[in-house]
Amino acid sequence: MPYPASMEDSKRNVEETRPKRLEKGPFPRIPAEERDVIVPKFHPDYKKEQFRELRIGPNKGESAPLEIADLLEGNSRIDPDRIDLNDVDYDVDVLVIGCGGAGGAAALLAEENGGDVLISSKLRLGDANTVGAQAGTQACDRPNDSPAIHYLDVMGGGHYVNVPELVEALVKDSPDVIRWLESLGVNWDKEPDNSYHELTGGGASRRRMHSCRDYTGLEEMRVVRDEIRQRNMHGRKINWLEFEPAIELLMDDKGQVAGAILMNLETKQMTIARAKAVVMATGGMGRTHIQGFPTTNHYGATADGLVLAYRAGCPLVHTDTMQYHPTGAAFPPQILGFLVTEKVRTLGAELVNCDGEQFVHPLEARDTESSAEIRECKERGKGVTTPTGEVGLWLDSPMIDIKRGAGTIRRELPAMVRQFARFDIDITKEPMLVYPTLHYQNGGIVIKADASTPVPGLFAAGECEGGVHGRNRLIGNSTLDLFVFGRRAGRAAAKWAKEVKLGKLTLDHVRKWQQEIKKAGLENMPVSPMLLPNYANQERPVPGFQPLGQVSRYTPFGDRAVRWI
Amino acid sequence: MAQVAEREEAAKRGKVPMLGIYIMGKRYLVPEGLTIQAALEYCGYNLVRSVGCRSGFCGACATVYCFRNDPQLRYALACQKAVEQDMYLTQIPFFPTAEALYNVDDLKPKEGENKLVELYPIILTCFGCNNCTKSCPQDLEVMEFMSAAIRGDYEAVYEKSFDCVMCGLCAARCPQGLQPYVAAIAGRRLRGAHLAPKSQHNLDRATEIEKGKFDAELDKLKKMSRDELRELYAEREIEPAL
Repeated sequence: MPYPASMEDSKRNVEETRPKRLEKGPFPRIPAEERDVIVPKFHPDYKKEQFRELRIGPNKGESAPLEIADLLEGNSRIDPDRIDLNDVDYDVDVLVIGCGGAGGAAALLAEENGGDVLISSKLRLGDANTVGAQAGTQACDRPNDSPAIHYLDVMGGGHYVNVPELVEALVKDSPDVIRWLESLGVNWDKEPDNSYHELTGGGASRRRMHSCRDYTGLEEMRVVRDEIRQRNMHGRKINWLEFEPAIELLMDDKGQVAGAILMNLETKQMTIARAKAVVMATGGMGRTHIQGFPTTNHYGATADGLVLAYRAGCPLVHTDTMQYHPTGAAFPPQILGFLVTEKVRTLGAELVNCDGEQFVHPLEARDTESSAEIRECKERGKGVTTPTGEVGLWLDSPMIDIKRGAGTIRRELPAMVRQFARFDIDITKEPMLVYPTLHYQNGGIVIKADASTPVPGLFAAGECEGGVHGRNRLIGNSTLDLFVFGRRAGRAAAKWAKEVKLGKLTLDHVRKWQQEIKKAGLENMPVSPMLLPNYANQERPVPGFQPLGQVSRYTPFGDRAVRWI
Repeated sequence: MAQVAEREEAAKRGKVPMLGIYIMGKRYLVPEGLTIQAALEYCGYNLVRSVGCRSGFCGACATVYCFRNDPQLRYALACQKAVEQDMYLTQIPFFPTAEALYNVDDLKPKEGENKLVELYPIILTCFGCNNCTKSCPQDLEVMEFMSAAIRGDYEAVYEKSFDCVMCGLCAARCPQGLQPYVAAIAGRRLRGAHLAPKSQHNLDRATEIEKGKFDAELDKLKKMSRDELRELYAEREIEPAL
């Protein structure tokens, strides 16, 4: 029996209400006026005490989450006076920082367009959030769909503050991204008539989610990574360094970005990579555990790219808005915060409270869905409490097989089935317990449609860039964003590298930053980029040291604690 | 999870049962219920290698373990496996591989041609010990997709290997030096790029976009105010989920 006795009664309510729910059909959608009320009331983005004004840098005076503000205002990991910029270790056309889907795509396109490419990767190539993206990639390629319909969905989902040119690029490139990935060898799910198997998703008004079972991001990433390796083996100019992240950008005396200082994570040695263009593709920030939330993100998601770009004078946009995925695992504690893909709801699973009642349409935009869940637990007290004190709601997955026929769950969701089975929960027969989890950084580095930033020579793609999704991203638009702007960044960076004349390398921007810190009295801020979270227990392990699911003693940001998992 | 009730009891008493485990030979006491990865961190290890997505997709945390008094080696992903009493474990920091050289555009097989045997002739030396299957933390039938590769059945290679996270444990255990996970991705890329049926509706849409068919409509939307967009958004027709 996987669920403890204390949760059994509530689980039985879920089972007993199935016939009634089936008869009743889906819960009505939340009208626009109500969305405008419940999102500000319940979404973590609107908790004023969790934000503060930035005191220095291009976005001075604007609001950012406490955890991100601490990093953005951090001191450099280097002393510019002790670095000899004449001793260059790598000299390339394009340096790509980060190698998830966006970095991988940028590297491939930069190489194809004549650039000599070096990739700096903090973990192994491809160990990124991309591999955890399960549900799919949106592309408006069915006859009843169009870029205009997709555009309206993206703008509405993002509360109309998205940058129109970026949304246009996103939707117009989408069919070609699917084709491009297929030409590299991605195996998309198809219908018997050879068209793509496309499902809907929260906030999407058409079925346009292209999937590879529920391993979509993994399939995309391993194919892109294999292509990078193959081109390298063919002697083409594409190389990489693993466990060697960038810790500071380099600039030249004309104010252009001119490479980066990299650090070997194991030996702590620094290397200097000069590059005519830099593509920032460092992904998200989940491992900063904003507001103490658990996260779906990979181990290296620490907002490094925002920090590096900001220090080089690049403005950020929508830094104060994060996405809390509506369905992170709330039980068992080993996988707290772990992503339960939206595809589960897309296929017909319903969210229900402790009494087995529906309280929200399963396919609202994510900020709305999460807000409704928080309301159900915090205001109405209809959550289910676990033995470790987490509160969650039921995601009734067995409804999928009831609605779509036996075997659907196993066919469409093999990763979910496998991952819960490892903890003795059979999601084909039992519901999952879920709660919102920190998932995605909606904003980021300011870019134009060609992925260039306001700082010459710097390009950005993927989760670290902002403006595309406004204040709330829709399902399946992140993996799309990776390849749309990754490819654009690669192309534009290679072109820039052909034309630019680099001046003399300098770290004056770091010196200037350190003076600003001093002036603002911020010398005691932690150094950044953070690179990796420190989850290592600093004390001698003694029995009873840390009950499961409680906060760890590691407090990177003053006395605000983060969770263990 | 078998002892949930017991743990519930213990949690009530403010105590979590502790398990004795060995990390690279050293004994530690850790709370029951941690994953192997969290247990390493609990014991003070600050991970750099052998850690990635922390949710079972990237394959970076391939782990080999046995029990103190049971030499049989077992395999898992450290982020996906809870610690057990007397587990004796280590993590594999890096897997050397020797991938064959190919160009995906040239992988299209001619009638009767077996591209995978051409790329990896060593796969013919498989003698069916099934160690690869036993080592797979995803519980895939590794030997079956290797047999499919030998037969040139690309569809079966794709079907049976699709959930592979490329952790490399199968290659580590193969007595013949095969690298099933590397051969499999060549098979899947071949299938995706050349054998999967083409979806004409996608190519047609891309052409329409290139020819500017939607530009006027998009330009109009791009110029709209928030309120105009909001009105359109509220009125838009939503296709049923299927």
